[in-house]
Amino acid sequence: MATFKLELVSPAKLLFSGEVDEVIVPGAEGEFTVLPMHAPVVSTLRPGILIVKAGGNVTRLYVRGGFAEVNEKGLTILAEDATAVEDVNMTEFAASVSAYEAKLASASSDEARFKMAETLFQLKAVQAQLGGGTHAAH
Amino acid sequence: MASLKELRNRIASVKATQKITKAMQMVAAAKLRRAQTAAEAARPYAERMDAILANIASKVAGQAGAPALLGGTGKDDVHLLLVCTAERGLCGAFNSSIARLARERANALLAAGKTVKIVCVGRKGYDILRRTFAKNIIDVIDLRTVRTLGYENAQEIAQKVVARYEAGEFDICTLFYSRFKSVIAQIPTAQQIIPPQLPEVKAEAAAGTNTPVYEYEPEEDEILAELLPTNLATQVFRALLENAASEQGARMSSMDSATRNAGEMIKKQTITYNRTRQAMITKELIEIISGAEAL
Repeated sequence: MATFKLELVSPAKLLFSGEVDEVIVPGAEGEFTVLPMHAPVVSTLRPGILIVKAGGNVTRLYVRGGFAEVNEKGLTILAEDATAVEDVNMTEFAASVSAYEAKLASASSDEARFKMAETLFQLKAVQAQLGGGTHAAH
Repeated sequence: MASLKELRNRIASVKATQKITKAMQMVAAAKLRRAQTAAEAARPYAERMDAILANIASKVAGQAGAPALLGGTGKDDVHLLLVCTAERGLCGAFNSSIARLARERANALLAAGKTVKIVCVGRKGYDILRRTFAKNIIDVIDLRTVRTLGYENAQEIAQKVVARYEAGEFDICTLFYSRFKSVIAQIPTAQQIIPPQLPEVKAEAAAGTNTPVYEYEPEEDEILAELLPTNLATQVFRALLENAASEQGARMSSMDSATRNAGEMIKKQTITYNRTRQAMITKELIEIISGAEAL
């Protein structure tokens, strides 16, 4: 099976670089799957779960937003932060969600409030997904 | 001539100083290694970011309604100088060379009739610049409490800058920091970050004929609206990391020469000490002998 190159970088370091079979990217306008020979695309990311499939291994990573670029060389993901789903600290995550809620309450304009509400909704969706994930694992 | 005790004290104090400078040098060496790895690890992100930005920007450039962060305000009356320095001294000419570059730029701009505003990141730059530009400094960002420099710190600074830009407080923003070339060479650098100077021409030339046609999701301008502040944060982050590495490098080499100087001083003073001691012994002997002869 054909593979393509995935590079996952955060501001602090290069997190992952290697050949993969398939990546499911949480795009801002909906999830999309990248397979080899995908058309060039640039997309922003929403908080969500990035699924990487390489040689039968499936890795799930939580990303907090960033950018994805597909070109002929492969897929590049610029994530603000990426953690393996198993390593996400749920209490910290809950704390960041409620911190965001507080920020939403103090938003100045309607436009900002709308955007933040959207992000908050996505964060909560991820929280539910993660919570479900850890329960299933036990 | 100083007494023997005085000389002994002087040697002891130089030795104590030498121990301190030696320790500082070793601490700086250890920190330098860490800072260097951090700076290198941050490079891929900044490079990819540049590539994506150049790509989108070349598409949007020239179109009406390009975001102000990209195209600028069309004026260059008010300049913001973002001067990044260290929080601590004792690192050779590191802080003063950045401050000097910023001062020269500020003077040139003032001479050309522009308005200059300064935001200092790090106390040392503020301490130097406030002597001449006290009324130009509009903000000081203190990173003294920050133990390990994170992306969040850069993000915070970038947000402050963007907020000021959107409030129309300045037209052009230039970032001052020290680029880390090697342990002995740090180059004070000025980089214009708003509007960003993009490697457009280069990117196009390199891409040649087969520039891929990208799909954008969401639209280009929406991506840009998110990408530009992130890019700014990335640039600041890179500058801070380079600065951190440069600072440790500068401290290491300046502490190294301080240690060497102390060693030389000890050598010289030990010679003086020994000479004085011998002179005293000789004097005492002469006194004894001449006393015995007198009998």
